[in-house]
Amino acid sequence: MPKLPVLGLFQDANNAADAGDALRQAGISDKDYDFLTDAPYPEGAFGERVEHHRLYIFPFIGAVLGLTSGVLLTSMTQMAYPLVQGGKPILSLPPMAIICYEGTMLGAILFTILGIMFESRLPSPKLGLYDTRITDGYIGVLVQCDEAQLGRVSGILTQAGAVDVKRQAAAAATA
Amino acid sequence: MQEGRALTPTQINRDLLRPILEQPKWFWPAVFVLSLIVLVGVSVAGYMINRGLGVTGLNRPVAWAFMITNFVFWIGISHAGVMLSAILRLAKAEWRRPATRAAEVLTIFALSTALTMPIMHTGRPWRAIYWLFPYDFARGVWPSVRSPLVWDPSAIMTYLTSSTLFVLIALVPDIAVLRDHTTGVAHRIYSLLSLGWQGNARQWKFQVVAGVLLSALILPVFVSVHSIVSWDFGMSVTVKAWHSTTFAPYFVIGAVHSGVSAVVFVMIILRQIYGWQDYIRKEHIDALGRLLIVVATAWFYFLCMEIIFGIYGREADELAMREMQFLQYPWNVLMIIFAGITYFLPVALWLPRTFRRNLWIMSFACISVNVGMWLERYLIIVPGLARKQVFTFTWQTYMPSWVELTLVLSTFGLVSLLLLLFSRVFPLIPLYDIKEGEFLRTSVQVGRRTVPATIRED
Repeated sequence: MPKLPVLGLFQDANNAADAGDALRQAGISDKDYDFLTDAPYPEGAFGERVEHHRLYIFPFIGAVLGLTSGVLLTSMTQMAYPLVQGGKPILSLPPMAIICYEGTMLGAILFTILGIMFESRLPSPKLGLYDTRITDGYIGVLVQCDEAQLGRVSGILTQAGAVDVKRQAAAAATA
Repeated sequence: MQEGRALTPTQINRDLLRPILEQPKWFWPAVFVLSLIVLVGVSVAGYMINRGLGVTGLNRPVAWAFMITNFVFWIGISHAGVMLSAILRLAKAEWRRPATRAAEVLTIFALSTALTMPIMHTGRPWRAIYWLFPYDFARGVWPSVRSPLVWDPSAIMTYLTSSTLFVLIALVPDIAVLRDHTTGVAHRIYSLLSLGWQGNARQWKFQVVAGVLLSALILPVFVSVHSIVSWDFGMSVTVKAWHSTTFAPYFVIGAVHSGVSAVVFVMIILRQIYGWQDYIRKEHIDALGRLLIVVATAWFYFLCMEIIFGIYGREADELAMREMQFLQYPWNVLMIIFAGITYFLPVALWLPRTFRRNLWIMSFACISVNVGMWLERYLIIVPGLARKQVFTFTWQTYMPSWVELTLVLSTFGLVSLLLLLFSRVFPLIPLYDIKEGEFLRTSVQVGRRTVPATIRED
């Protein structure tokens, strides 16, 4: 049975954190609710779950691929067109190191960007249940729950001080 | 350092999105004038390409002059972005918040403009492509990686790609704000560009990590770019006056000097035209002024080292160039003007606090630095070449033609136009950064004084 989203909107960060506590006490898993904000609040401000990630692997993979590309590019092109310049060897290490360095950094940065997109789960094709007031400073508590729990979750959010609680119809959620 | 009044998220959105949601009356006239300047520049570039480099003042031995000077100048300006954004972000400097985006965007436009200069300078831009990029599979002719002219585009392209992605990643949350505040076609475009951003805890976590990680990765690239630009000169075998061992750090610090000055000037302009007095406050300009004193003095140290090393070694070529720079007219006059307007005048203006908080004086000082830094590159390039050298049998000086003057002036129009167009579509001050700063601000009671403070997360 698909879970349905409920969004509670809070004006105050303390109320939003209280809503998180109340949801946890009501037996809702911390994977089933999220806090939507318009700015990066300090980590753990709402008592949200700790997000695990592997972002730091991405720049290393990118750097290795970038370095390899740099080595191949500089060595293969010079071997393919061996023109002696200024009495330097065909495979002259100092200039090769420069191109390889730039390749390494470019690879690391490109893969970091890819890693950030991947770990942030972007691009996301659907925005889901959302309210534009979030970018005006409201804090959204987005809960995914069974249809049977909708009323109880809405009640918890209202009790915690939500100024508005929005639900998405079952048909719309499954579409 | 928290002098401004407290701002609500709604107010921040309204103020910082105003240039995008409400079109200023002066916008299209300004775009028209700047486009005209760019169009004149493009036409002159077309004329030069059609007629050849004979229409410029370039000659033997002065084969590099205005266009290469302008190239180094714009590369220098581009260094402000990462220097300000990355170093201040890593140092968690609170006053970075309103400056980062404008600095990063200036980096992208200054770099793109810089790239046009050496390409035009080749005289046959269509041929430059296979000198630089390994694409000519059909004939098996490849670029020579032993040439500094290949290192340069590789560094610049790395820096340009990195800076562009850095800006784009940081723009996503602000584009989501625009998505929520627009309707119709604009809403659809911003929805697409916001990539489905919700603003959940995970997305914010990686937005913050991205800022730190990318800053740390771009910083070494930033240092490499201007070092490699200096090697364009330093590795040139025939021009002995360019062989100073301090060239790379001297170029890097010079770039930071001119770049940060340019950012301060851009910030003052933004503050005035968009009425962002609550965001770009005098305390920010003051802090940047203090930073500039340190940067300018570090740069002046390298300038002195460069001159002393040149003279102390007593190499004939070096002495000849120094004699030209210091004793021969007009170079000696230019040299005095250059040292005065790049270091002595601006630093004297930055020292008193009241001057650092006077926007007219700060604008004047920052323009002065940039005119001086342009002159610095000119004084490195032209006197270095305008002497009799090995295998050069003519000995001429250089006078720019109207073609070069127009091209150089049009690049200022191009960067201004690009900045203006960007500010019409995307916020030039990061909204989420300002909002974060607002909820982290507080005040502490110390004795009988209430002191503004900032909570910092480590």
